[in-house]
Amino acid sequence: MNLQFRESSEAASPLTVKTAIADCDIHPARATRAELYPYLAKRWQHHLEVYGVHAYQGMMEGPPYPKAQPNASRRDAYPPEGGPQGSSLSFMQKQLLDPNNVQLGVLNPLNTGQGIRNHELSAALCSAINDWQIDKWTSKDKRLKASIVVGNEDGLSAAAEIRERAGDKNFVQVLLLSRNVEPLGQRRYWPIYQAAEEAGLPVGVHAFGFGGNPITPSGWPSYYIEEMVGHSQCQQSALASLVLEGVFERFPKLKMVMIEAGFGWAPSLAWRLDKVWQRLRSEVPHVKRPPSEYIREQVWWTTQPMEDPERREDLIDVIKWIGWDRLLFATDYPHWDYDEPSRVLPAGVSETDREAFYLGNARALYGIS
Amino acid sequence: MASLIAGGVDCDVHPAVPHLTSLLPYLNDYWRDQVTTRGMVDLISQSYPQNSPITARPDWRPESGKPGESLADMQRHVLDPFELKHAICNPLYGVQMVFSEDLQAAFCRALNEWLAKEWLDRDPRLRGSIVIPTQSIEKAVAEIERCASDRRFVQVLMLVMGDTPLGKRALWPIYEAAERLELPIGIHAGSAYHNPPTAVGWGSYHIEDYAGQAQAFQTQLTSLIVEGVFAKYPRLKMVMLESGVSWISPFLWRLHKFWRGVRMETPWVDRAPMEIVRSNIRFSLQPFDAPPDEATLIRLFDHMQSDELVLFSTDYPHWQFDGQEALPAGLTPDLVRKIMIDNPHATYPRLT
Repeated sequence: MNLQFRESSEAASPLTVKTAIADCDIHPARATRAELYPYLAKRWQHHLEVYGVHAYQGMMEGPPYPKAQPNASRRDAYPPEGGPQGSSLSFMQKQLLDPNNVQLGVLNPLNTGQGIRNHELSAALCSAINDWQIDKWTSKDKRLKASIVVGNEDGLSAAAEIRERAGDKNFVQVLLLSRNVEPLGQRRYWPIYQAAEEAGLPVGVHAFGFGGNPITPSGWPSYYIEEMVGHSQCQQSALASLVLEGVFERFPKLKMVMIEAGFGWAPSLAWRLDKVWQRLRSEVPHVKRPPSEYIREQVWWTTQPMEDPERREDLIDVIKWIGWDRLLFATDYPHWDYDEPSRVLPAGVSETDREAFYLGNARALYGIS
Repeated sequence: MASLIAGGVDCDVHPAVPHLTSLLPYLNDYWRDQVTTRGMVDLISQSYPQNSPITARPDWRPESGKPGESLADMQRHVLDPFELKHAICNPLYGVQMVFSEDLQAAFCRALNEWLAKEWLDRDPRLRGSIVIPTQSIEKAVAEIERCASDRRFVQVLMLVMGDTPLGKRALWPIYEAAERLELPIGIHAGSAYHNPPTAVGWGSYHIEDYAGQAQAFQTQLTSLIVEGVFAKYPRLKMVMLESGVSWISPFLWRLHKFWRGVRMETPWVDRAPMEIVRSNIRFSLQPFDAPPDEATLIRLFDHMQSDELVLFSTDYPHWQFDGQEALPAGLTPDLVRKIMIDNPHATYPRLT
């Protein structure tokens, strides 16, 4: 948040001892639209220039809910050489990776080929973004790992993209967004889960996305804050769908990471699903175990934006209910609601839990030694 | 479980309309003719399929007819054994799904008259909620004003999933009338199905719709708070009915964080969301969506930092608990008294 972002200059002082961390949600940006063109066929370059991306929302430029700051990003994160925040590797190294002792940084590119109505274009853009992540980022800094972005509404072409990238150590997960045409448990998305499971890659579900549905179950709200707070409701509905459609039962080795939607809601959702499943399980015989068991075994959460109780220790109860082994620290750099690594946990957390929270869980999940 | 005490208020019971034909005596000639000529069928919402286990406890399910359609059953199942002073009737008849504001207004008026005559007149412990035709704000306000002269109507009832988020300014005349007439707004689980029942589209299953009610309540609380409803109507109370309770604190921690970050977008929100909830929002107890262990319950209530948020409910005839175990284990006698008696009376000024 802005408050913490002001505090960050203090935290970056040389007096602060920096624990090694993983940052599981970093957003690399393109400096220009044309930066992707080397990875796109001429046909699609032309298409973008003439028709745009034709998303599941109406705006040709920018988001339907104006962000709180330009590009939803920190005002101090503009690279000195120009371009939007997050578009320069050297400045990211200087501002984020080096001072925070980031050992592993997971890239989650947004505004890619997802949420686009033309599914062929969607696939082409995603593939281009994946090449671009290697060329511009992961091949130049070994701390950084990429996410395989896939055309989310066409499960078969998405699965083909995953298979093409499988085994490439530049990539550590498959990336989806939480808002799609249908809830994420639906069958159209199963080829994605099958391919990810086969490749041994977790599937990250990042907040945002466009699927054409109103972003509350009661229609379109008015404000950016409603969209932002509402990401946690979207994630809850997406996770409920994954459980209740039997995705975890069908793909028992599948691992899902819920990214940038908080985690405080997780225990309540799991309790509620268990209670309702006890009553209504005859409707979903393919869900063979209490929903909380699938969630406990197959779901992880990135931490940012961490919930902000008046009494910070209250959050520790929630983390214990989820499990210290299931949280992955993230800053969301360069976005404005960045969580400062040295300030997110209250005092009194054991060294083992801190290490797991900041680094160990991410290394284990993403297979990085 | 914690011990029940006599004289409590059950804030969420559901008398069932036996059939659309039950409302015919309360419709005028034109609408009666429309219903019969056009062959309109019973308005049963898929939020509560009649035979779904959640819709009625096995021992509360009648041999024939709809669960909750018999006053004698309601007396025998909850009013008498729970030794209630009052129970607030929240009819869940599917009138909200109707698109025509004229038809909806006729049905709502008939439903409210039916409730007064067939339930409130027949048991002095019962109180009612005013069901409103939200397709027309003017007609909704008129129905509130018409019913409000009967002091046994203690609340206005809306569904958590309707056409628009509940904070939207177009709805504010409803809130103005409610505040003026000392009527809290009850927001009950259920959808008009005018939008997909989740924020990410249509799920496949009834269980998904039901589990998803909690997310709908969360988005509505955000809307109500950030649109400024409680800055404009500071004496207005809203009660989240059949909402679940274990999500409240983590949700507010998140809303609080973003309010601090982007409050410049909604500068009329002049108090922290947690404060607004503590002064203006209440939640019914059932379904109590937490594991049945005392330690967790104690932490959940401690997280709320208030003993005034929760109001007793059985959610009759829905199946949320068995036997008399409406109160989860671990509630102190003081908290039980607050939940069963003090909090409902503080919320509903018309309960006397």
